[in-house]
Amino acid sequence: MQNNNASNAPQTLVIVGATSLIAQHCARQWLQAGGIGRVVLVGRDAARLQGVADDLQVRQPQARIDVMAGDVTQAASIAALVQHLVAQGVPDTVLIAHGSLPDQARCQGDLASAEQAMAVNGLSPALCAEAFAGAMQVAGRGTIGIIGSVAGDRGRKSNYVYGAAKGLVERYAEGLQHRLAGSGVKVVLIKPGPTDTPMTAHLKARGAKLASVEQVAQAVVRGMARGTPVVYAPAKWALIMAVIRNLPRAVFHKMDI
Amino acid sequence: MVAVRSWGRLSADDHDLRILAERPLAHLPREPGQHGLAFGMGRSYGDVCLNPGGALWSLRGLDRFIAWDEATGDLTCEAGMLLRDIQRTFVPRGWMLPVTPGTQLATVGGAIANDVHGKNHHVHGSFGDHVQELRLLRTDGLSIRCGPQLHPDWFAATVGGLGLTGVVTQATLRLRRVPGPWLDTETLPYGSLGEFFALADASEAGWEHTVSWIDCLSGARAGATRGIFLRANAAAPESQHGPAPKDRQRTVPFAPPVSLVNRLSLRPFNAAYYHLNRRRAGRALQHYEPFSYPLDNLQEWNRIYGRRGFYQYQCVVPRPHGPDAVGALLREITASGQGSFLGVLKTFGDRESVGLLSFPQPGVTLALDFPNLGERTLRLFDRLDAVVAEAGGRLYPAKDARMPRALFEAGYPKLAQFLPYRDPNIRSAMSRRLMGD
Repeated sequence: MQNNNASNAPQTLVIVGATSLIAQHCARQWLQAGGIGRVVLVGRDAARLQGVADDLQVRQPQARIDVMAGDVTQAASIAALVQHLVAQGVPDTVLIAHGSLPDQARCQGDLASAEQAMAVNGLSPALCAEAFAGAMQVAGRGTIGIIGSVAGDRGRKSNYVYGAAKGLVERYAEGLQHRLAGSGVKVVLIKPGPTDTPMTAHLKARGAKLASVEQVAQAVVRGMARGTPVVYAPAKWALIMAVIRNLPRAVFHKMDI
Repeated sequence: MVAVRSWGRLSADDHDLRILAERPLAHLPREPGQHGLAFGMGRSYGDVCLNPGGALWSLRGLDRFIAWDEATGDLTCEAGMLLRDIQRTFVPRGWMLPVTPGTQLATVGGAIANDVHGKNHHVHGSFGDHVQELRLLRTDGLSIRCGPQLHPDWFAATVGGLGLTGVVTQATLRLRRVPGPWLDTETLPYGSLGEFFALADASEAGWEHTVSWIDCLSGARAGATRGIFLRANAAAPESQHGPAPKDRQRTVPFAPPVSLVNRLSLRPFNAAYYHLNRRRAGRALQHYEPFSYPLDNLQEWNRIYGRRGFYQYQCVVPRPHGPDAVGALLREITASGQGSFLGVLKTFGDRESVGLLSFPQPGVTLALDFPNLGERTLRLFDRLDAVVAEAGGRLYPAKDARMPRALFEAGYPKLAQFLPYRDPNIRSAMSRRLMGD
């Protein structure tokens, strides 16, 4: 990975939602590329985080790998967590990767499920980004990567609750990019297409062609190194979503997607 | 339900695919009355990794390292870990898996379940010889730790146990120190089976890796079986430098309606391959990846055999019968006009395998791919079976899709000893075919 620092000091990497498969594979690629001195894995479940940390530690014995369990859906606990982290040094790279694919039908029938889905996939990633942005702006360097989704590009009946949350993330990242333009801090929004992870096992069962998690992680790592504002992963989704976004309503509403 | 094919692409049957990703894994998900089977990369050629209509437990999400001990070389990892991940992580640090098959795109769990072997069997035995401990999860929720010392009976049943004793969830493997990724290789053309055996005998003492490519259609001309013998050792530390080969992945884009390996292509290809390599005869420094895994950069190469898929036929026969049996097999293959670009002939060392159903045994092994031509191919296999049975040999279950039960039972005399260790809720297409359920 390209060094964000002017110096060659080992970098600190923070991953929120580090047990996600995409996040794990990003961490592996970053560590393999070298130059990472410390990794902090943030998530809900300390035991599962430790499993990821053990894996990364075997891959890169020189790096210091820490886990930090906490609730990233509550503003107060996000603030406390990030303050604690930033006090140990402003991270160079932050990846916000958590999320869960909700069941659209259930969200339609149960507002609490819809609320939960929007909180986890929309509000929470936006608040996490916000919590890191201030300190990184002051430091004048670093990269914040936020995993959104192609689902945020246009609301569709098959998953518009998830899509709405990811749409929020997109608008949020756009604003943050505007705010941090020229500050030395880069904000990268990553929009994976359907990826082969436990989260999408049911899609695969229906015969969907899914991108491999390694492929998506590679796009994330590369996009963040370059500071590309919006990364579709794999890149073909940029074209597919351009078509879907621009379909006239009359056509779009006849489609079963 | 998802259509799943094994590497031979002979069938595409529906499976209830479940992804296992949690550690520790507490139970194996299945519907009441449903049978399940662990699934890794699906690189087995035949039906050992298939369970049509039942559950398939995918372990590819369980691919994390757990612990590494630099002092002993003991690596603990989850069973869905790819051999390639281990190699690429540890070779730069001077450690390597002692035994791998001809592809590194296999999982640790699959390598254990099939007790795979490599080109260095005469030195390092098979994969199971390097497993220090494994964890086996049974469908009743029981988790069994076993190894060569701890519950050796469970260990012997599970290594090479075709996935039927439970699901291997993690394993501790002992890696081996190596000076680096470079191998000192030698390529030697040979012109008869006698020459092959002389080369094998002469090479076993001084060379760690030995294998040969054989022109499977050259058997008719008496005494003219030709091939290319390859042998290699780790290169000396002072030669351990050079650019790593580029990871240039190519993909066979689709399966053509008919096999590209056919009567028209086979002879010219084999002749060209032989003469090309004859010109390369001699010593060379080679990186371990292209040497050990020549096809790993050609993704989905199994498609070249067309839509009907292909079989691999791999047998081992005891050494005293080796020259006669291999000669007879090649004559049958030449007469049938069927066969492949990639015939492999190699000798195994004298080491007995750990597993009750492990394939490697002292002797000589021949492996060949055959495009699926239906009855014609199956009739050829019957004739090959007769030669193998006569010589007291056996077939490799990891690659098999059709051997008769009688040949399996004759080749694997410890089968009765193995059966009590089966998990009653685990089945495969192979277990139904060869063990009755």
